[in-house]
Parts: sequence; C-alpha cells; structure tokens
Amino acid sequence: MATVAHLDFEKAIAEVEEQIDRLRHMAREKGLDVTGEMESLEGKLKSLQTETYENLDPIERVQVARHPRRPYTLDYLERIFTDFVELHGDRMYRDDESIVAGWARLDGESVMVIGHQKGRDMKENLQRNFGMPHPEGYRKALRLMKLAEKFGRPVFTMIDTPGAYPGLGAEERGQAEAIARNLREMAALTVPTISVIIGEGGSGGALAIGVTDRILMMENSVYSVISPEGCAAILWKSGSERDKAATALKLTAPDLNHLGVIDRIIKEPTGGAHADPDATAEALHGVLRETLDELKSLSPEELHEQRLEKYFAMGEWHPRS
Amino acid sequence: MAWFRKTKTPLKAQDRRDLPGDVWEKCPSCNEIVYREKFRENWNVCPECAHHLRLPALDYVRLLLDEGSFTEMDAEMRSGDPLSFEDLKKYPERLAQAERKTGRRDALISGHGRMERIPVSLAVMDFSFIGGSMGSVVGEKIARAGRHALEEGTPFIIVSASGGARMMEGIFSLMQMAKTSAVLAELDRAGLPFISLLTDPTTGGVTASYAMLGDVNISEPGALIGFAGPRVIEQTIKQELPEGFQRAEFLLEHGMLDRIVDRREMKASIAILLRHMLSLPAPETSETGSPEG
Repeated sequence: MATVAHLDFEKAIAEVEEQIDRLRHMAREKGLDVTGEMESLEGKLKSLQTETYENLDPIERVQVARHPRRPYTLDYLERIFTDFVELHGDRMYRDDESIVAGWARLDGESVMVIGHQKGRDMKENLQRNFGMPHPEGYRKALRLMKLAEKFGRPVFTMIDTPGAYPGLGAEERGQAEAIARNLREMAALTVPTISVIIGEGGSGGALAIGVTDRILMMENSVYSVISPEGCAAILWKSGSERDKAATALKLTAPDLNHLGVIDRIIKEPTGGAHADPDATAEALHGVLRETLDELKSLSPEELHEQRLEKYFAMGEWHPRS
Repeated sequence: MAWFRKTKTPLKAQDRRDLPGDVWEKCPSCNEIVYREKFRENWNVCPECAHHLRLPALDYVRLLLDEGSFTEMDAEMRSGDPLSFEDLKKYPERLAQAERKTGRRDALISGHGRMERIPVSLAVMDFSFIGGSMGSVVGEKIARAGRHALEEGTPFIIVSASGGARMMEGIFSLMQMAKTSAVLAELDRAGLPFISLLTDPTTGGVTASYAMLGDVNISEPGALIGFAGPRVIEQTIKQELPEGFQRAEFLLEHGMLDRIVDRREMKASIAILLRHMLSLPAPETSETGSPEG
C-alpha cells in the first residue's frame, strides 16, 4: 500500500498510516508491546479521516471519485453478487473491455449487471481503455439489457467513466448513434432498471447506461455533463480554473440530490470507499436490495409511466406548463 | 469532395476589395462573388458551385412547410437558471444577451404545419443562440412537439444544428438527452415516422440523442457531424485527422446517414419519404422513381 499515490489532501492521512505501519513492523521485529501508542495513532488517523472527508470541496470529491484505489465495477460484483457469468461482445465488431456485463445473482435472484470498468495499472488500463467505451461497448450493453428484458430480469448498471472515447474509430463506428440508441431503448425497457454512479459519471458516456428507473450515487462519486477541466477550458478559457468549474457544475452527490436529479446517496465509510471497500459494498448491497424490492412492486405499465414522468420533468423552464 | 479544400486560386485583388456587406456575398468554397439576394433566393446555396452556407432557423420553417401553414408552439418559453451558474458571466446574462442578438427565447423553434399537405410536427434548432446548445428549453420544446405528433398521429421532423449540451445547465442539459430520446421511444411505439435532418454543425449531446435516432437520417452536403469535436479527438489521438473527417459524406460512407440531400430538394425529398411511411399515394405530379445520384 505504501507505494500507492495519495491525493494531495490525503497527505496527512498517509503519513499517519505510514507511522502505524512502521510501529507495527517494529513491534513485530522486537517483540514490543505497543498497544497504547497504536491506539493513539489509530485514533488520530480516524479523526484526521473524518475531518478531511467531511469537508471535501467539489474538486476534491472529483479526485476521490477518480482515486486509483477506488472500488470498480468488478470489485462490487465480487462483493455484492454471486454466480457471475460474464458475457462478451456486441455481435457486430468486437468485445469492448471497458464495459463488463453478465448474469449475476443478488441475494440469489438472477439479474443483469453492466458496468464501466477501469484498470488499476497501465497494463489493465490499456485493456480497459481507462474505462472509456467505444460504440461496441454501448452496443454490448444494450444487447444484454435486451437479453435481461427477454427473461424479465432486472438490470443494474454501475457508472464509472471519464466519458465515451473520443477517437477516430469511435466516430467512424458511430459513437453518437450507439449512445443515442441506448438512451431511447433504455427509456422503453419493460424490466426494472437501477443505475449507481460508483466513481466518475462522465457525460453522455455515463448516461448511455444510465437512463434508469432509479439513479443512485455513492457519496463521493460525481456526475456531470462535462469534466471540470473541460468546462474550465471552454467557459473560463483556462484549464486551471477547474476548482471553480467543479463548484459551478454542481456535480457532487449531495448537490444532485438537492436538485432532485438522483434518488438516493449511498454513504461511504470514513476516508472514502477506497478506505474500506468491504463496508462500502455492504452499504451498496443494502440499498440495491431495497430499491429493487420497491421497483418490483410496480407493474411494467407503472414502471414505464413513472420512468417517462421522471425524465420529462428534468430541467427548469418557464412557464412550466 | 473539393468543396472544402482551401483553393489557392489567387484572387487577392478581389479579396481586398471592399464589398458592401449587404449586397454581395462571396462563396467561401468557389470564391465566386454573387449578389446576396441570389444566395438568399437559393436558400443560401451557392448558385455557382452548390456549396451550402448555413441557413437561419426560421428559413428552414419556410423551406420545409407549406406557405402559411406553420403554427409556432411555446415561443415564449424561457430557461431558468437551476444551478445559479456563473463563469466569467452569469448565465441569465448570457441568456439575455442571446435573446437580444437573436430575438428568440432559446435555441429552438417548434410547432406544427403541413409539408406538401401532410400534417407534421417540426422543430428547428437555432445555432445562433448560444451555439444551438441544448438545455431545458430545447429539451422541453422537443418533448412537447413530439407529444403533439403523438396526439395528432403525425410525423415528427427535427432540424439539428448544435454545438452540444448547454454546460451552464449542468446535469439538466445532460438529462435532456434522455428526455428527448424517451419521447422518440414513444413515437416508435406508436409507429409514427421521425425524420432527423442534420445540418452544419451537429455535434455532442444533440448528435448522441435525437439527431441520430431518425427512422431516416438526412444531411446536407458538407455538414460537420460528430460526437466529439475534432480538436478533442486530435488531442486524444495525437495525430491529424483525415480530410473530410466528420463531414456528411464521411458519415454516409460509414453508414450513419441514409441520405445527403441538396437543400433545394429537401422538402420534396422528405415528403416522398413521409408518403412511403404513411402509406399515402404518390401525388399525380410526382416523377416516376428516378435513380438518385
């Protein structure tokens, strides 16, 4: 763990973590009893984490959402679901590994899980394209949503992408068309759908698997129409104003909850999801269970109607009617 | 494909000559100097080389609908400021400025009318209003025009021209992609035609929602159409983009468009499609199917 980069505002936390590591090491080597010192250091760590994480600026939340140790889709799949069978490919061009998808069980019940997948190191990131899908990734996602619909099974999506990949091949193969089609088809699915933003919700590339009956957000995830860096470059004409852009965009979970865009926030442990992935997954598990039970009580017609109402109400215009 | 290549024809003397701005128009493609009036009569298509200049939004209403048949909807609808957004300027100031410049409340004209006597719903984006960006008003007006089509059982036509999402409305602008696509899903279910006409330029969130969802996707020659902007792509892939990349011809070649149609033929061309999809008889004056170029 000591080699993993920390965020700037986590420096103090990292230092105490290192002290604890050293103390533990020393105690083991020399057979000393360090219980007292250990307790005091752990106490210090806890309060530092609390202090830091209770006062995150929007741009710091963006950094936590992008944290290299943050749990990704496969980490949650492993902890929350059982019996996962990954399915590959869009049946047209190739398998896009920046999206993982397949059957899995939530408390024994078969469901379809689809999520963006980032990599932990350079090799993995090349394989996962940093979690930025090409059109074939979105087409795979849609194919499997339709498969779930065929068998009347719910769809869960996990969103964690900087955005859809802006490249030559992506444009040639219809990035815009792939995203657009998903939006339209997801609006019309006849099974319950739940999305959770687990890290970065990057614009159209996120929404392309996010038009769902319920939208959940992890406490330190972000969801935005454009990255703070991109927004700053365009509107402030300077990429260095990204702090201001992050604040102005209202991209944090509490902001989006307040605006009524999302349905629920899942609390993360002190220190963020990466501080305790197990506890984070457990919290998410509970909320997914409750949300699914709630949706299962609705008929397909009610689901459809409520989903349309939800998206038709999005925005602010005058006169309202 | 020569229309957008920089020509090196030396026209320096003419270039420098002061042209009275309201009388002459120089075609940026063939450099021919034409009476502005001629350009306008020709729907801003160069009479010499058929290069398509951009056409103001209201002119598309005139181009596509039967004279006097258009009824505008929601003309007074204005955007709120849901994020209280402020960059170098406050969002309401930007809106007011755009309103003064264009005389319009937001970046879309919507309503209903007749196209070769076929009743249709029509929405036309206005690129001159904050780059034709899509915020709450664009989304809501499209949703309403779409629902009007549903209620009347008529086709829906959207003319797109947009730089993408309205950043100043943050997540709400993103959600308009979902909202507009949802209304198109309803038209789909009802078996009603949706024609998407993509004009120069159509990019970002608009391309990645309704603009690409036509039962038939049509564009004009040379229109720039894409998801990511060319500059973003160049920065990502660190190489120059090929000539003609993201132009209508490129999209047609890659299977993303059904047709590229000369603007002057647009109304007739769409009307033929609508009559096919609505099982209406061909009009007696219609020419028998000539193979298209």
